[in-house]
Amino acid sequence: VTLVEPELAASVLERALAHGGDMAELYAEARRGFGVSLDDGRVERPQSGRETGACVRVVQGDSTYYGHVDGLAEEDLLRVAGSVSEGVRGEATRPVALSAVTRGTRHAVATPPEDVEAARKADLLRACDERARAAGAEVAQARIGYAESQRQVEVFGSDGRSAADERTRIRVSAQVVARRNGRVETGSDTRGGHAGWELLEDDPEHVAAEAARRALTMLDAVDAPTGRLPVVVGNGFGGVLLHEAVGHGLEADAVQKDASVYAGRLGEQLAPAFVTAYDDGSRANAWGSDGIDDEGTPTRRTTVIEDGRLTSYLYDLLRARKDGVESTGNGRRESFRHVPVPRMTNTFFAPGDATPNELIGSVQRGLYAVSFGGGQVEPATGNFVFGVSEGYLIEDGRVTAPVRGATLVGNGLEALRAIDGIAGDLDIATGYCGKGGQTVPAGVGQPHVLIRELTVGGTAA
Amino acid sequence: VNLEDAARRAVEAAQAAGASDSDAWAEESTSRRVRVYAGEVESLSDAGGRGVGVRAFAGSRSGYAYGTDLSDEGVAEIARAAREAAELADEDEHEGLPGELGTSEVNGLTSPGFADWSTERVVELALAVDRAARAPEGVTQVENSVYSDARGSVALANSRGFAASYTATQAWAYASAFAGEGADLMTGTGVGMGRDPGALDPDAIGGEAADRALALAGARQPESRRCPVVLDAFVAASFIGFIGSMLSADAVQRGRSLFAGREGEEVAHPVLRLADDGTDADGPASAPFDGEGSPTGRTGLIEDGRLLGFLYDSRTARRAGRATTGNASRGSYRTPPSVGTSNLIVDPGDLDLAGLVAQAGNGLYVTDVAGLHSGVNPVSGTFSVGASGRLIAGGELASPVREITIANDLVSMLKSVRFVGSEARWVPFGGSVKAPPLLVAEMAVSGS
Repeated sequence: VTLVEPELAASVLERALAHGGDMAELYAEARRGFGVSLDDGRVERPQSGRETGACVRVVQGDSTYYGHVDGLAEEDLLRVAGSVSEGVRGEATRPVALSAVTRGTRHAVATPPEDVEAARKADLLRACDERARAAGAEVAQARIGYAESQRQVEVFGSDGRSAADERTRIRVSAQVVARRNGRVETGSDTRGGHAGWELLEDDPEHVAAEAARRALTMLDAVDAPTGRLPVVVGNGFGGVLLHEAVGHGLEADAVQKDASVYAGRLGEQLAPAFVTAYDDGSRANAWGSDGIDDEGTPTRRTTVIEDGRLTSYLYDLLRARKDGVESTGNGRRESFRHVPVPRMTNTFFAPGDATPNELIGSVQRGLYAVSFGGGQVEPATGNFVFGVSEGYLIEDGRVTAPVRGATLVGNGLEALRAIDGIAGDLDIATGYCGKGGQTVPAGVGQPHVLIRELTVGGTAA
Repeated sequence: VNLEDAARRAVEAAQAAGASDSDAWAEESTSRRVRVYAGEVESLSDAGGRGVGVRAFAGSRSGYAYGTDLSDEGVAEIARAAREAAELADEDEHEGLPGELGTSEVNGLTSPGFADWSTERVVELALAVDRAARAPEGVTQVENSVYSDARGSVALANSRGFAASYTATQAWAYASAFAGEGADLMTGTGVGMGRDPGALDPDAIGGEAADRALALAGARQPESRRCPVVLDAFVAASFIGFIGSMLSADAVQRGRSLFAGREGEEVAHPVLRLADDGTDADGPASAPFDGEGSPTGRTGLIEDGRLLGFLYDSRTARRAGRATTGNASRGSYRTPPSVGTSNLIVDPGDLDLAGLVAQAGNGLYVTDVAGLHSGVNPVSGTFSVGASGRLIAGGELASPVREITIANDLVSMLKSVRFVGSEARWVPFGGSVKAPPLLVAEMAVSGS
């Protein structure tokens, strides 16, 4: 099914350029979503949504004029194009004839989630709940969430661009609370991807078991140490550190505004030679993958750090044009209510030669940070703060007591330089990334990584 | 589109689809946003949106659906989807429409002056914010100056005959400025808000961004210490916002709040008074009725050091054997109602900032915290968050500091609030909070 006929798209673009502009674009979208959760043993909050809408933007020089509208009615599209064009001051320009539709990387979906009976989704939640409760008598609560979404996207540009994509995502998440005497700890885990129901066919209840294990483990946690310590960061969700402390600083909008510590450092050796990192929006069925980005550029793998050298920033069309390079397919937007900005897709360190045990074994006294509760970074300085939701002491090369309340405070550049080893166990976890009021699915990942020294802010006096 | 009519049609369709009860929330809004960078308009947007969300009950089970198609057919389709979703839910005897339906009188939700502000005029305002932020010597860059406004109307109808609507306007502007360069770069944010652009002072907003950045220029990591801490209004508001979310009856009943079971207990120093007020004329979250048609109101939360109670919607109120406080909140038509804060308001005290700093003697003045939401355990209340600000020496602000962590637990912190500042202000980050600066007697500050 087509959302907008090419003839209408051409008229909208022509209307948008009525007062000039270097580029006009029409982005149309139809989204469907369904979600349901389980809390305290009860299936609740089943909800579904169905939206259509479009965004028209005109770019002139460094200025962007845009508008969006709910629905795809012809008169609404033409009206919003007209209103956007009013912001521009100049002579009308003509769009180039639209080319054939590009579709980019395909991500196979074997069983579309909407084809699966809703009752099975509720049953999945119940099975997860049972598994979490079976993990131990100290499991007090489990909250399980299921969400599926389908987005049909079409992009038309006055440069002749014409692209389309169909995106199916599915995700199950578990959050478990464990109690012992007065003590309360939480653990969580997720599984998700740009995929269909098949992703949940093999032991989906594992996420609940894992969340429960984390919560139970943390019941035995001791106060976190304070000071400068070596830190081994876990694989999978540990990649949040790379995402926050490095990735955001590589997004070309921050770079071009000189609001990134990575600005002007292309080609510089930022990390030891065994460190390589990618942003890969084409990775098969990964959570942050799409066929095209939200400007119609096919997604691809971009090497951002190669052998320790900074090799590329992450671009959308606007910032790429400014730097005289090609878009890296990172022009993403939350929905038709937003304009695209450079965003990560799936960002991860390439696997190295070490094993996790070797990395841990090399540490006399340090912290093993397995999972983060979240983090924040100031891209302009690279300074970051992360809360460690699952962490352990490392003593004499062995993982010992779990610790609670640890935070990692540091700087992205310093952390990169201080990488001492990378293991081979790459894993990618499902995150949601917020920037400028837009939230998009982003894959975060890495193998185990050893950082020689970071500031650990603990709870121990 | 007549919103009340759309909401009524949705309710009729839900009842026709077999719902035992239903409500529908319809919304229509227009918004503008101007982003300025380096003295030029970087982006300008003008947007419109509309949609409806339907909650359908099948006895004590509830389902939700939303969509953007407000045609008769579109609305009926959404209503059917909501009724169908309800089949999936487990029974919850406390589910249902609220018994208390009605509206409160709330003044000043819209400003008559709002319509006078053409897009050209608000672009001028955004440019003025940017100029003010860049003007002071020592500001190395202004990352963004943003103006944004919205005019939105909502209507709610339900199967018990309730139907009402209101319109509200809001305008905001903020700027973020940088001082210093490279590894020494520090940032500062300035913000202003009101019912129309005329309530915004571009010089004050830009100037605040510059001042906050410049105050941190040359910041260093201090030595660890335990000392009195003054939280500025932004930081106090962040903590209060977090505490407010813990006072939702939903968090309490689900065992996710450190305040569970502590009603009537001493949880703060008597100088600290906190209320939720959905009827404050200036409150960005004010409205005559909440997300399910109950009248909004003012709910005292902490007074005389004691926890007075929690915030309820009809479901959590039934479960607790209480009355709703009118705190069923809606993010938009895309989310079903759930308990949420409206405007959290901390009563101001007597001391201005200089007075608080003088009282602190030797300590720390915190102007920024990072990672609050990941750094606080919502159940135990223990937290450890990154911070920056200035040292306080001899009762005066002294050298800037950064890369510090402040740690405590929320109740201990509330109990050791010694003085509440007199300069309360609205802070729009992460909810709607009006808070003054606070002096906390002692916290663990870890640096080098």
